[in-house]
Amino acid sequence: MKKFKEKLSGRVFFALALSSISALALITVFIIVNGVPLIAEVGVGNFIFGMSWAPSRGEFGIFPMIVGSVAVTLGAAAIGVPVGICCSIFLAEFAPAPLRNLFRPAIQLLAGIPSVVYGFWGLLFLVPFIRNYLGGPGLSLLAGAVILGIMILPTVISISEVSILALPRQYKEGALALGMTHWQTIRSVILPSARSGIVAAVILGIGRAIGETMAVIMVLGNAVAMPASILDPVRTLTTNIGIEMGYASGPHQQALFATGIVLFVIIMILNASAQYITRKR
Amino acid sequence: MTTETNVKIAIRDLSVYYDKKQAVHSLSLDIRAHEILSVIGPANSGITTLLRSLNRLFDLTPGSRTEGDILLDEKSIYGPDVSLTELRRRVGMVFDVPTPLPMSIFDNVAYGPRLKSKKARGSVAETVERSLRMAALWDETKDRLKMPAASLSGGQQQRLCIARVLALEPEVILLDRPCSGLDPISTAKIEDSLTLLKKQFTIVLAPHNVQQAVRVSSRTAFMLSGRLIEEGPSTEVFSDPKDRRTSDYITGRFG
Repeated sequence: MKKFKEKLSGRVFFALALSSISALALITVFIIVNGVPLIAEVGVGNFIFGMSWAPSRGEFGIFPMIVGSVAVTLGAAAIGVPVGICCSIFLAEFAPAPLRNLFRPAIQLLAGIPSVVYGFWGLLFLVPFIRNYLGGPGLSLLAGAVILGIMILPTVISISEVSILALPRQYKEGALALGMTHWQTIRSVILPSARSGIVAAVILGIGRAIGETMAVIMVLGNAVAMPASILDPVRTLTTNIGIEMGYASGPHQQALFATGIVLFVIIMILNASAQYITRKR
Repeated sequence: MTTETNVKIAIRDLSVYYDKKQAVHSLSLDIRAHEILSVIGPANSGITTLLRSLNRLFDLTPGSRTEGDILLDEKSIYGPDVSLTELRRRVGMVFDVPTPLPMSIFDNVAYGPRLKSKKARGSVAETVERSLRMAALWDETKDRLKMPAASLSGGQQQRLCIARVLALEPEVILLDRPCSGLDPISTAKIEDSLTLLKKQFTIVLAPHNVQQAVRVSSRTAFMLSGRLIEEGPSTEVFSDPKDRRTSDYITGRFG
């Protein structure tokens, strides 16, 4: 009887674990089944590098959106990564305990704000600010990059901080015992030792930025065109799906699934490289 | 007692606290130039705390507090004009766990000299070679100085850490159970180099067992619960301890 219970419990856990994996499998298969035929019909090159997105005329080129996604994400990284890494160094190395106890929950809270709220704030504050002070329509690549730069902060900060704190205490003490100053220790011992964790933090942050939809729909302007400056509106892969999903049908709908495939592949590559880098050390 | 002048470090009535817990109780001890002093005692006797006080690494511990004074060459290390980086270069430290920096073997040893002065590259290379030789590591590493330090074995890493400290040309070297994780052969190599180093440096050693203190040190101090119980020439302390607790510890009745 006892043996039977043991066996059964193992099976139950296995079944439940399987269900989460099968959800992934189902979604993947669904997207591929719906998207691949269209890519095959249009041609991979035409789909990915096509400049014109006009579903009513049967033109499905997503290159401007790939550029949009990449540009917004790079912008977000340019804003969020330096701030995030500096913040994590501050928390792990400089902050006195009371300040750290204030900062940490505050940063967690930043992760808890729904993305639609970020978007709303961006629309009401950031967009008019850019329009009034920098020019252009306000709804722009820049607005999206700033919003996403803020949104990736919790990811970048917490993972970097954990990787710094995970270093053996002796690393730091060994360096200080050599007569290094605190900053020399951080620069030449702590940061190089925590590098893989920090790189992973950056990649996961980028993954979060590239997948974000709601916040950027509200501030990017969503025009399907190659942006000429950071003040121009752009459309990303995610917002393309989000905007058109409601009324698309037929090949148009398939094209959106195909957009999803491209997004899926990009995010998988990012996650895989983050895993590879963290595992290496 | 020999003349007062060759006292390198004078610990005067030192008390050390972690928050409310007292780890060292008004301890006074002279450390003479060019001797190897072993500080022995069971775990939690305050030995590590004492060693870490000598280069003020202990200051890093949150909630730490120190009373009394430590004089290095008759000057207080707690004086207002003392530079911590300068102090830590004069009083080098090797830890119980090898702590190579995440860089090549050569750079590990060269790091200190490079910080100290912007010397010509050639003379840094000389310092590195001399330090590795003194730590008895040169022959094993001379062909692979560019390899990451992490590729060395545990015993080699520990000798690298000793070489790294030597490259700073310190006056005092603190060794906190430097052989605790090492095999007997690596331990013997480190002990050999310590005996050679005595000529140039003052060495304070927390040995990982009593036998090591017997083998390498000229004087021995016995600590128990943060108090100095007894100190004297190693031969005397081990053959004819004055205090009952010392003889109990040495003969293995506790600790």
